[in-house]
Amino acid sequence: MSRIAGCFEQLKAQGRKALIPYLTAGDPNLETTLSLMHALVANGADIIELGFPFTDPTSDGPVIQRAVERALATNTSLKGVLETVSRFREEDDTTPVVLMGYLNPVECMGYQKFTDAAVASGVDGVLIVDMPPEESHDLEEIIHRTALDGIFLVAPTTSDARVSYICKQSSGYVYYVSLKGVTGAGNLDIESVKENLARVRANTDLPVGVGFGIKDATSARLISEIADAVVVGSALINKIEELDASKHYSREELQRHIALIKEMREAMDA
Amino acid sequence: MSESKVLHGEYNSPDEHGHFGPYGGIFVGETLMPALDELNRKYAELKADPAFWAEFDYDLKHYVGRPSPLYFAERLTNKLGGARVFLKREDLNHTGAHKVNNTIGQALLAKAMGKTRIIAETGAGQHGVASATVAARLGLECHVYMGVEDIKRQSANVYRMKMLGANVVGVDSGSCTLKDAMNEALRDWATNVDNTYYIIGTVAGPHPYPMLVRDFQSVIGREAREQCIELTGRLPDTLVACVGGGSNAIGLFYPFIPDESVAMVGVEAGGHGLETGEHAAPLCTGQPGVLHGNRTYLMNDENGQILDTHSISAGLDYPGVGPEHSWLKDLHRATYTSVTDDETLEAFRMLTRVEGIIPALETSHAIAWVMKEAPKLPSDHIIIVNLSGRGDKDMHTVAEIEGMTL
Repeated sequence: MSRIAGCFEQLKAQGRKALIPYLTAGDPNLETTLSLMHALVANGADIIELGFPFTDPTSDGPVIQRAVERALATNTSLKGVLETVSRFREEDDTTPVVLMGYLNPVECMGYQKFTDAAVASGVDGVLIVDMPPEESHDLEEIIHRTALDGIFLVAPTTSDARVSYICKQSSGYVYYVSLKGVTGAGNLDIESVKENLARVRANTDLPVGVGFGIKDATSARLISEIADAVVVGSALINKIEELDASKHYSREELQRHIALIKEMREAMDA
Repeated sequence: MSESKVLHGEYNSPDEHGHFGPYGGIFVGETLMPALDELNRKYAELKADPAFWAEFDYDLKHYVGRPSPLYFAERLTNKLGGARVFLKREDLNHTGAHKVNNTIGQALLAKAMGKTRIIAETGAGQHGVASATVAARLGLECHVYMGVEDIKRQSANVYRMKMLGANVVGVDSGSCTLKDAMNEALRDWATNVDNTYYIIGTVAGPHPYPMLVRDFQSVIGREAREQCIELTGRLPDTLVACVGGGSNAIGLFYPFIPDESVAMVGVEAGGHGLETGEHAAPLCTGQPGVLHGNRTYLMNDENGQILDTHSISAGLDYPGVGPEHSWLKDLHRATYTSVTDDETLEAFRMLTRVEGIIPALETSHAIAWVMKEAPKLPSDHIIIVNLSGRGDKDMHTVAEIEGMTL
């Protein structure tokens, strides 16, 4: 069983929901990213979505765009991100890590080489934001020969026929994008999320995560009542943005700095 | 597909999923997939409807002023002393460039789809002006995304867009040029997808854009083909056009693809020279990758990060290119080369003085190739250059280079 499936099974047995923070690797540098990953787990994260930077993040709003610019300013490469996952695995062999990003760095590395490196470094899932299932055949074929999960997005605009098609291609979990727009925008409409989750659930037994627009403990709790997983990105990156790139932070300092994740965890478990 | 099939008229690209060989396709976030599907279905329906093309032709004739002339540049020909040079005068279109052919077509699509809000990206501002123009004509709200770097160097076009009632949105992320304007337009579209039509200005972006922009622009090549036969009794030997995203080039090339005797040359922006890395010539120097919704030749580093580009002309300052050009390059059906900023300026001055036609800096790249190659060719060789736009917008840039303030 993959780490992701195991994680959801365990949470289900405990009657809890998954908390999935997203952070951009290399923001402000890979050393801090490694410490942040451990701090996230200590604060109650179940799965980590680790973004690898790309110069042209067309699905992201200003907060993640700035994170990507900071990561690229220290020359963060996909290779460096994979090495960071290896280092994370030296201490943490249980928390699933999902790599998330845009296709071009993966194309540039080569699908086979990327997949081999992802498996070797201990990655569990791959989510390519600008690669819909229609264009994913070549990469998925390689990924499916390994234990890696291929995760896809469903949006409010996705038709019923596409929901069914996307669910068939997915493994690990399905990521429901709760808003039209880019990351970090707008406010959640819980009723609309509920209706759309029902459409997804009608097509799959996989866990369904919800992301985009979850800003605080209250919205995390509301979403955890209806979804299997809560994804938080821009709200966390806002906290990371306050860090000083030239400074070394202890894990305890980072844990306190991103207390938001702990607050979300507690609200979700209450 | 083999080269011989191309030459024997079985080209038929793109396929139903928007692939030109390994290029093209649809690489966007899920939110936009249904919108692209809707656009694809609507376009397929209208493409088969003669009334749609009748309206398009009517607008091109009465509003744009088509057909544009194919002009024999006699003094230029004599001065170069080789091939006979003909200019396809897209600069004479309403708004001053070929861009309006596409915005007329896409405006008809937007209207048929019931969209009330138009967005567009622009580099040199020609596509922005052409979009603002059709939006004004249809009474639609219009927002044009433009890099702050380009806003500086194309201030005349910025003012034109504002006069036409468009909201010009400065983009200050990344390199602050066309690529970043396109990022921001895609973000706007994902946010406002219900009421918004995105008029992409070139033959790039996700399917069906490369196909439909080509279809609208290929009026250039259809007219040129007929006009050349009428004027000279035969087909041309060589077609030349500048290539940024590549819409004016595809517009000229596409109707000639089955004519195997006709050579096609795309001229990319060589900037300070290919060896300096400061250029915008992905077909000459790049590798295939994925950007802005399609797979195509790109300028990126060894980690797949998109490189900053440089060109004297804002309209060519782009790290990618339309996927059909990538396919034509691999098929050896078209060849792609580059000229430098300096060669471009020389061509700009020469055409202005010799023919009394001030070309856009983008277009001047194609003229620069002709200045280099026409003298080597025999006098019975016929070259058609796509004179894609006029240079009024570039007066500030050229004056600044010459040390003058206007």
